[in-house]
This record gives sequence, C-alpha cells and structure tokens, in this order.
Amino acid sequence: MRDNPVLRVVTKIIVPVIFLFALYVQFHGDYGPGGGFQAGVIFAAGLILYGLIFGTESIRCLISTRFLRALIAAGLLLFASVGFLPLLMGRNYLDYDALGQNPLSGQHLGIFLVELGVGITVAAVMVTIFVAFAGRRDS
Amino acid sequence: MNVFGLYNYWIVIFLMMTGFYVVISSGNLVKKIVGLSLFQASVFILYISLGKITGGTVPILREGITLYSNPLPHVLILTAIVVGVSTTALGLALVVRIKEAYDTVEEDEIHQQDESL
Amino acid sequence: MILSQLPALQVTLPLIAAPLCLLVRSGRAAWGIALFASAASFAVAVLLLSRVLDQGTLSYEFGGWAAPWGIEYRVDIVNVFVLFVVTAITTVVLFFANDSVRKEVDASRQSLFYTVWLLCLTGLVGIVMTGDAFNLFVFLEISSLSSYVLIAFGKDRRALTASYQYLVMGTIGATFVLIGVGLLYMMTGTLNMADLADRLPAVMATRTVRAALAFLVVGISLKLALFPLHLWLPNAYAFAPSAVTAFLAATATKVAFYVLLRFLFTVFGVTFAFEAMPLGIILAVLGAAAILSTSVVAIFQDDIKRMLAYSSVAQIGYMVLGLSMASVAGLTASILHLFNHALMKGGLFLALGCMAYRLGSVRLGALAGAGYRMPWTMGAFLVGGLSLIGIPLTAGFLSKWYLVQAALGQGWWPVLVVVIVGSLLAVVYVWRVVEMAYLRRPNDSDASAVREAPLSLLLPTWFLIGANLYFGIHTRLSVGIAGKAAAVLMGQSQ
Repeated sequence: MRDNPVLRVVTKIIVPVIFLFALYVQFHGDYGPGGGFQAGVIFAAGLILYGLIFGTESIRCLISTRFLRALIAAGLLLFASVGFLPLLMGRNYLDYDALGQNPLSGQHLGIFLVELGVGITVAAVMVTIFVAFAGRRDS
Repeated sequence: MNVFGLYNYWIVIFLMMTGFYVVISSGNLVKKIVGLSLFQASVFILYISLGKITGGTVPILREGITLYSNPLPHVLILTAIVVGVSTTALGLALVVRIKEAYDTVEEDEIHQQDESL
Repeated sequence: MILSQLPALQVTLPLIAAPLCLLVRSGRAAWGIALFASAASFAVAVLLLSRVLDQGTLSYEFGGWAAPWGIEYRVDIVNVFVLFVVTAITTVVLFFANDSVRKEVDASRQSLFYTVWLLCLTGLVGIVMTGDAFNLFVFLEISSLSSYVLIAFGKDRRALTASYQYLVMGTIGATFVLIGVGLLYMMTGTLNMADLADRLPAVMATRTVRAALAFLVVGISLKLALFPLHLWLPNAYAFAPSAVTAFLAATATKVAFYVLLRFLFTVFGVTFAFEAMPLGIILAVLGAAAILSTSVVAIFQDDIKRMLAYSSVAQIGYMVLGLSMASVAGLTASILHLFNHALMKGGLFLALGCMAYRLGSVRLGALAGAGYRMPWTMGAFLVGGLSLIGIPLTAGFLSKWYLVQAALGQGWWPVLVVVIVGSLLAVVYVWRVVEMAYLRRPNDSDASAVREAPLSLLLPTWFLIGANLYFGIHTRLSVGIAGKAAAVLMGQSQ
C-alpha cells in the first residue's frame, strides 16, 4: 500500500492527529469518556495504521520489539508501584488519599499515574500483537 | 412493564443465543471466536442497559444536573471489554499457530489429522 | 504494620514479579524471580493462616474505601486453607520446573513462560482472597487466560488445539459467571459477597435470583471440570508441559471448587441452594456419574497423563459428592479431599514429569521395566497410586473415610457403593501402570540409556508424595482445619 499516493499522504497527515487525540483521551478521562485503556488502543491504532501502509518493518524502525516488551512491563510496574506508595505511609494498598496534601489532590495524582501506566501497557501490548501477527511469513 | 418494554433483554437474549449457536455449530476456528465475541458483547449490553435510570443522563459530573445513570456497570464493563479483547487476541494467536502446525483452520480436518496419529 | 497489609501483599507480590520476569532475558533469572515470588507468597500465606487461626476472619479494604462500596478482601479459615495449598504447590512445582522446563520449552521463551506462570498464580491467589463478586470474575479470567497460554507451551502441536478448546469452554464458563453476577447485582445493588448474603434473602424467591444461581453453578462447573463439562481437561493436561500439568492439576480446579463453596454457602445460603432449589440431588448425581464414568474411561487410556487427567475428574466428583450433602461432615470430607488431592495429583504428575524427562514419553509401553531402572520415580508413582485408591495410612484413604462416614450419617447408602466401586476402578488403572513398570522386561535397545531422574526433579516429587503419607498418618492438622472451615461455611449461611 506504500505505492498508493493518496493513502501515503493522508496517513502522514492523520497519524500525528491520532496520537494527539490519544493523549487527549488519556488525560481527560476524569472529565469525559476516556482513560488508560481507550487512549492506549487509540495510540496503538495510530501506530498500526502507519504499519499497515508502510510495512511492519517501519514500526520496528520506530520502536524495537525489545523496547515494546520493556514498555509493557514498565506500565504494569508503574501501576503496582503507585499502589505501594500508600503502604509506605501506613495506609492501605491503592489508597490515593495519601499521595497528596489533601484527599482531592491525592486522588487526582493517583488516578493520573495509574491511568498512565495502563495506557502505556495497553498501547505497547496492542502494537506487539500487531507486529507479532503481521510479522509472521507464510512458510 | 409489558413484554415489549423489556426490549433490551430480548436483544440480549437474541445476541447471546446467536453467539452461542455460532460457537457450537461452526466448524471453523475463527468463526468460533467471532461467536464468542458476540456472546460476550450481549453480556455487556445486559449490564449497561440495566444501569440506565429513567431520566438520568450520562454518568459524568456536570454543573446543574442531579440525576445520573448508574456509573458502576459502565466501569465493570470497561474491565469486561478488556478481558474480551484479550480473549479474542489469545484465541486468534492460537488459531495462527494452529494454521501453521496443521495447515488448516477447519475443526474436522484437524480432528482427522490427529486421529490418524 | 506489614502484618496488617498481608492480604494486599499476597496478591501484589506475584503481580509485581511477573513484569520483572518479562524484563529479564535469561530463563534462569526468570526462574529465580518466579521461585522467589512463589516462596514469598507461601510465607505470606503461612502468616495469614496463623493470623486467621488467632483472630478469626480478617478484612482488608483496598484503597481505603469501606465495604460494601470498595473492594474488600475477606480472609477466613476456608480461604486461607486453599491459599496455603495453592502457594505451597506452586513453590514445590517451581523447584521441579527448573530442569523440566529447560528441557520442554525453547530457551528464548522461558522468561515469557515464567511471566505467565506468575500471572496465573496472581489470578488464582486473587480468586481465593477476594470478597467481591466482580473482582472474582476479573481474577478468574486472569488465571484462565494465563493457563491457556501455559498449556499452549507444550511441545506437541495438539497442545495448541487443547488450549483452544479450553479457551472456548473456559470463556463460556467465565461469561456465565459474569451473567450470574450481573443478575445478582440487578436484584440487590451490591457486589460485595457479605453484603449480597445480607440482601439476597429479601429477593430470594424471584426468578432472577434462581437464574443467577443456575448461571453461576454452570459457569463454575465448567471451570471445575464437573462431569459432563469436563471435556477440556484430559486434552489440556495431557499435552501441556509436565510442570504446568502438575501446577494446574493441583490448583486450578481446587480454586474453582472453592468458588463453588463460597457462592453456594456464603452468598446464597444452604436453605436456598439446597432446599428451595434441588441442587443437592443434581450435584450428587453428577458427582457419582463423574466418579464412575471417568474412572472407567481412565482404564482404557494408553497415555498415562490422560489417564491421570480422567482420574482427576473422578476425584473432583468425590469432592462435589461431599458438597452435595450440605452438612458439616460432608463439607469436611470435601475440603479435606481438596487438600489431599492437591498433594496426590501434584506428586503423581511430578513423578510423570520425571519419567518424561528421562524416557521422553509417557505412553504405557515406554514404561516397560521402568520400576528397576528408575526405582525412586516409580516408587513415588506407586505410593501416589495407593493414595488414589485409598489404602489406609495414605491421605487418599482419609478423605474417602470421612466421605463415607458423612454419607452414612445422612443415610445416603448409594454413596458407599459409589466410593467402593470408584476405588476398585482406581485399582485397575493404577495396576496397569504398576504391572508394566515392575512385571515386564524393558526393551533391550534403550535399556542402557535410561537412568534415575535427577535429584532436582526427585526431591519435589517425593516431598509431595511424602506429604501424602505424612498427612495420612498425622491427621489432626488437616482434618482439624477442614472441620473448622466446614463449620464456618455452614454457620455463615442462613
């Protein structure tokens, strides 16, 4: 599909917009529909669109498979570690109240970090699945 | 509430049985996964439709609105959708590997190849 | 401070160790992380057991949100016993897994293998600990998805179709559980199990709650491999890697049985589940059918792993038979058998893993003369087999004894007949293996190549088999805890 000029040009214009929209959905999960999972999928969709048009090698040039694996682990570790912080302050696991000066800012920060972890993991997982499926050659 | 007022449940039952039928009757492994997806989607509709409160709006805090629909089913279904996506992805990954190992995705032919061992 | 946070640590330790396994490249390092996480989980489980025996039921609120709005982990004597079993089995089998997995799984995928193993452990532990119905569904799916992947790691290509079949049936089961939970939420407005138990009696007589019970029981039975929903189990156990079979056989179905106990006795209550709805007779018939039919099928299997898999379905039948009596004695027998079966089948599948490691195959023909070439391995299999049959001084005898006593106490004479016939059938299929191993001459061509299994594989095997003998003789601990757990379950219900 790389040879089709319409697809090439439109993809190059749209993919950054998709990424921007993904970031918007990620951080506005408090105020509207959104959150980590949705944003991760949209972000991955942008990368996958790029990969569909320009070939899976182009995704590998952008992000190596090893880095994707590290991202999957990092997102999950971020989520679990944010849960651990309140333990150090004597509260229960995932008690966001302890993370800020007052419960409101604590909850805000806690949800922000946790959703970020989810978004990172989900985006990395989706791209890994795509690369794993599309990268197999018929033998 | 008459029978037609419960239309959301009829839709749920219809989708559920369709999905279940596809899983049971289809011989193609990919179609089974599609049926499974359909089956799970009907359960999502069941949950969300029972969260709707008459006269309630979308469960997002806004100024001046007092009656919201129940947000809990929405949150539960977000989790369930992720579970469904993972299951579909895993099932399809298995189908890809099965195709490479057996050269077919029809259940009958796979059985034949295994029986002949 | 740590002691009060134990319930959270129990789930988060394997959860955090899983991505760490993903980050390392070497299989050896991943195995080390997995072993450390399992041992730490076991330590936490032991601490929880001692705390529950001291203080009674523990309650832990996640995120500081009070139940019933927040997710609550309730640890009582029933939970903590199953938790003890699960974490102990995973630690012992991981000791075994080091050499076994290195032989059966590609080196490049071993770190992924251990990642998924830890995720499965997280799921199983979460199911056992949680006091929230939807949280149970989430952990159920985590453990199920991980077990599909673990089974697909098997070398034989039929592991893929076995995993696929398990995936389809398991997802249908989990979705049924989801529907059941949704219907319960619809009628009561809460997801917390203790709160459900309080609010359900008011709406008990409605069709929705009856439908919820039906969906939940069928969904859990699919996971439990209760006859006739057991079709995924023989293939899944036969083609998975040896360590995975030992792990899943000793934990996954036990946890599903715990879920059944929790829903029937704590959430719904004995009066509704067994008197208003005819669940007692249904489960008793299915349990008896499981014991008899699958034991017969086991006799005709050529692959010993499949034979033991069918035998597992029969043992689950024993457990369900005890449950169907809905009495303290019956439940004691079931919970006791849960513990004993984990030891029996764990040890037997580990012994089979030793055989697979040395002989390369677990077909009956390959075992000719193995009793002399691999004395310790076959000895372990022999003792495990005796425990399956129910010879006195082994753990298996104990559970069958208590089961028969419970049945006679209720006047259910047919149960005695079923248990005796089941044990006789077990004699037949265990004898087939013993005869082949001890009374046949080995093939001369490969006689010289086979030695005893390495110590790293034998020690875990004999640990579990030895535990069989130990708990068959020193019965007070296991029977005592099982009895307390049964009393709590019956006392909690209406």
